[in-house]
Amino acid sequence: MPVITYREAIRHALAEELERDPNVVVMGEEVAQFNGAYKVTEGLLAKFGPQRIVDTPISEAGFIGMGVGASMLGVRPVMELMFWSFYSVAFDQILNNAANIRFMSGGLINCPIVIRGPANGGTNVGATHSLTPENVLANTPGVKVVVPATPYDAKGLLKSAIRDNDPVMFLENTILYGDKGEVPDGEYTIPLGQADVKRAGKDLTIVTYGRCVLHSLVAAELLEKEHDVSAEVVDLRTIRPLDIATVLASVAKTHRVLIVEEQKPFASVGSQLAFMIQKEAFDELDAPIHRLATIDAPAIYSPPVETEQLPNPQRVLKAALELLA
Amino acid sequence: MSKKPASTAEPKPDDSAQRSDHARAPVNAGLSREQKIELYRTMVRIRRFEERSLRAYQAKKIGGFLHLYIGQEAVAVACCSMMGKDDHVITAYRDHGHAIAVGMDTKPLMAELYGKVTGCSKGKGGSMHFFAPEKNYWGGHGIVGGQIPLGTGLAYGIKYKGLKGAAMAFMGDGAVNQGAVHEAYNLAALWNLPVVFVIENNGYSMGTSQARSSAGDLARRADGYHMDWGLCDGHDPYEVRAVMDKFLRAAREESKPAIVEIRTYRYRGHSVADPDNTYRSKQEIEEYRRTKDPIQVFQMLLAAEGVLNDALVEQIDQEARAEADHAAEFAEASPFPTVEDIQKDVYWEADNPAERKSGGRLFFD
Repeated sequence: MPVITYREAIRHALAEELERDPNVVVMGEEVAQFNGAYKVTEGLLAKFGPQRIVDTPISEAGFIGMGVGASMLGVRPVMELMFWSFYSVAFDQILNNAANIRFMSGGLINCPIVIRGPANGGTNVGATHSLTPENVLANTPGVKVVVPATPYDAKGLLKSAIRDNDPVMFLENTILYGDKGEVPDGEYTIPLGQADVKRAGKDLTIVTYGRCVLHSLVAAELLEKEHDVSAEVVDLRTIRPLDIATVLASVAKTHRVLIVEEQKPFASVGSQLAFMIQKEAFDELDAPIHRLATIDAPAIYSPPVETEQLPNPQRVLKAALELLA
Repeated sequence: MSKKPASTAEPKPDDSAQRSDHARAPVNAGLSREQKIELYRTMVRIRRFEERSLRAYQAKKIGGFLHLYIGQEAVAVACCSMMGKDDHVITAYRDHGHAIAVGMDTKPLMAELYGKVTGCSKGKGGSMHFFAPEKNYWGGHGIVGGQIPLGTGLAYGIKYKGLKGAAMAFMGDGAVNQGAVHEAYNLAALWNLPVVFVIENNGYSMGTSQARSSAGDLARRADGYHMDWGLCDGHDPYEVRAVMDKFLRAAREESKPAIVEIRTYRYRGHSVADPDNTYRSKQEIEEYRRTKDPIQVFQMLLAAEGVLNDALVEQIDQEARAEADHAAEFAEASPFPTVEDIQKDVYWEADNPAERKSGGRLFFD
């Protein structure tokens, strides 16, 4: 099976969907001529031309709103945010317009947009460029939220997201763009709302998503080798819709839960997960639900300290051992 | 509430010469008698619908906000009367006039105000969110200026599909300073998108006058974007049609955007909640009502043309009142949505389960 990078996986998904559906348009800052700030869209302009791959001026509220408006007429824009941190500039267009137009019209309209881009800390770019807003997005009825951790997941989920008739928020990670993984050549999609057990285990369940999946897998190796602990790692893949059934099945097996998320703690995705798990699987739990999140402060710049602010394999290991103590 | 359409206005000699010019503009000269009557009738129907909804609001049948279009009727009627099959309209929350002007039935409109399931948005949107995609009418939006990028998007979609159409994106004088509006202007001008931005300048954002809100002139800001612009009065539908025609053609045929500022006036407060006693004088309102009321203006013009007579004016008025009353009766008799209805029309996938591809939970109650 071919091995490609996460970046290439996204690019291939875009190219395949552009090929498949003439209504799909990729737009964003530097996506065309510059080949993408993170080279995700490299080569697409040459292949598909300027009608399909569109460089926008720096005006997120303007071009995201424009995409939402065009989607009401059947265009399917895939809009790139150079950083998901920039979503706040377009907050009204995403969370008041894209999310609500179907409801406010009594179901007469739908907005089949995708907004994609990297949402992560860990690159020393400071507090305003390091937001991970999946919790804010997932709090909004009307939108869907996807956070893939691997090239295979990224490609299959992005294709599904583009074909989805609801607004889909697709959160990538600049640090994952270079990661390599097996991705089949042929056509495949992964449905939204389907979690994936990335590692089977029996002593505790680590529920996580995005880059934290990789940290959790490293920690799980260490737990096994150095502590004889078998950790199950459940990758949510999609935050909304949420495959809580897979999570609960894992809890029923292991009876201990550690949520690992690159989120500031208050009202994070994990906060919602914890409520759901304790509500629906209370009798399965042998311990309170633990949660490892980003240290609760704006993202620090200083490189080695930022590594400690975010979840990392050592912090996951430590949190797992605390849970098991 | 006035029982007559308006008190008799005194015609101004210099105005009437100009008004005849507008009537002779090609886009108006070709109007049949019936079409002229229809323009007039639609304005009266809007007026009576608004007055009836005000009474319903005061009787506590309508909750939330109610932003009345009374005094501005000529703008929506004139603009929407020129829509071709590939033209599209979007506006802000003072949207009842546009809804009626594009041809929506007033029964579901009133039912929507009453929050009934028979409303045009099944009771889920309310006054600020009337939509009719099949009439190329895309709302009805509550956040000031938030609809303007959407309007640019409609134009983008029209152009992307290779259609010869124009999007009309309406906003008030209070919206022009929102950042999103400037972004939308830039995109439209940069990419030659067929959108005509229409500023319905009624002089006030809620209670803050244009002079206290905006630096410089409003439509003139188009110069900064190398975009065409126009400025006219919105009291005479002939004038609005004559001015808008040029810009709509440029949009449809050459994909050229423009900003058109139309001076109009609202008799009522910003919304029904506005006591309307802090920012303008009663004299100012009366002066407008006496000399520039659009229904009165057009009535006089059409009477002078021999198109309207007193009997027809009376008939149109009676029918408009009856229509508004029937709409209220329909609304009153209709049921509310159920609590189970709350989570319908949120996700396309949830509403179309046979075609749903995703798994997992979409709602988290």
